[in-house]
Amino acid sequence: MHRRKSARLPAKDASMSDSEKPSLPAADMSEQIVAIAMSADMAAFETLFKEYAPRIRAYLLKLTRNGQAAEDLMQETMLAIWHKAGQYDPARGPASAWIFTIARNIWIDAWRKQKRPAIDPDDPALRGEPEPDAANLIVQKQDHDALHRALQRLPQEQVDLIRLSFFDEASHSTIAKKLGLPIGTVKSRIRLAFGRLRTTLEEMK
Amino acid sequence: MNVRHHLREDLIVDYAAGHLSEGWSLAVAAHLAMCAECRKAVAVAEAAGAALVEELTPVAGPEDSWEQLKARLSAEPAPAKAAPVAPPARKPELPEPLRSYLGGDLSDLKWTNLGVAQQILIKTGDKETQARLLKIPAGKPVPEHTHGGRELTLVLKGSFHDEVDSFGPGDIEDADGDLVHQPIAGKDEDCICLAITDAPLKFSSRLLRLVQPLFGI
Repeated sequence: MHRRKSARLPAKDASMSDSEKPSLPAADMSEQIVAIAMSADMAAFETLFKEYAPRIRAYLLKLTRNGQAAEDLMQETMLAIWHKAGQYDPARGPASAWIFTIARNIWIDAWRKQKRPAIDPDDPALRGEPEPDAANLIVQKQDHDALHRALQRLPQEQVDLIRLSFFDEASHSTIAKKLGLPIGTVKSRIRLAFGRLRTTLEEMK
Repeated sequence: MNVRHHLREDLIVDYAAGHLSEGWSLAVAAHLAMCAECRKAVAVAEAAGAALVEELTPVAGPEDSWEQLKARLSAEPAPAKAAPVAPPARKPELPEPLRSYLGGDLSDLKWTNLGVAQQILIKTGDKETQARLLKIPAGKPVPEHTHGGRELTLVLKGSFHDEVDSFGPGDIEDADGDLVHQPIAGKDEDCICLAITDAPLKFSSRLLRLVQPLFGI
């Protein structure tokens, strides 16, 4: 059964404690990142910090379940943003996604002590250019609210599943245990949920 | 030469969330280098992750959190401007991150003979998986190396096919343990692919456990 929701509601199921109270999306920080890159602008950096530090801390707290670690990793994330600001390319996606990937990579590197192989976006061996379509345009033109609106159009249980995928440290097996489902079912539901999100982004064009 | 076999969404979401271990991530990243469509899908997943982070209830930290960060910054140099990178002399055949893992491009590799096929074991810090490069001579069958777990096979050069499907450069096959098939390399050229399997922990026979390290299977 799919429940359409018009506003963020607290989850009914106690196992879905990742559902949060309504919280306003953060403001777009692309200008601040460019200012940091161009002129080491401390005021811009403070604005970004005030806007994002509490959210990155919340994200890292979910992943580590350790307040001190969340604070330390958040500080490392902010230092990395300061140093890597020159690498931020607005054409490759919204500032929020860039900030998210930095926090995620710090978590993998410093907390899990693992490597995360990734492409080199400037690699001459890179193949193929994406066809410009709605999902791509939304990501590229930094339509800051589009993802929030698309997520709101998904059934609650699909949003919960995507949320668990991002915030649960131990991935599908833990999710399967939490929901009392076989792991194959969890995987196919995640496929459905993410497929639905992409279709929704296309439809919103 | 379009990619026809893409990453499944659960891999895309897991990679974007940072939950995939190093070996699986290597196959995902190598496919991404060859497939613009999946690069886009990962970008969407990362933007969705970012949106969900923004919707989290903010958590207040220590009162002096900003002051602490500022103190650390004053001890550090200003952010470095991105330096222009010289383009390489010729276009490499293998994409990053594979070149770094292998220590070179296709022409630099030292293969180990396995009989009908050749392989190179790829070292990762990941105990969960085994990564290798396989070279299967044109028209020959891919050696049997399934063992009941998940297996990702990415074609880098050439092709292979079985009764139902064919896989060319950039195509990734995502096989569960229950898939039984005997793929054959395309007849026009050798097939080079990256294969990631669950680490071989599942053999129950003592004899197999003994010979396993010898063959590196």
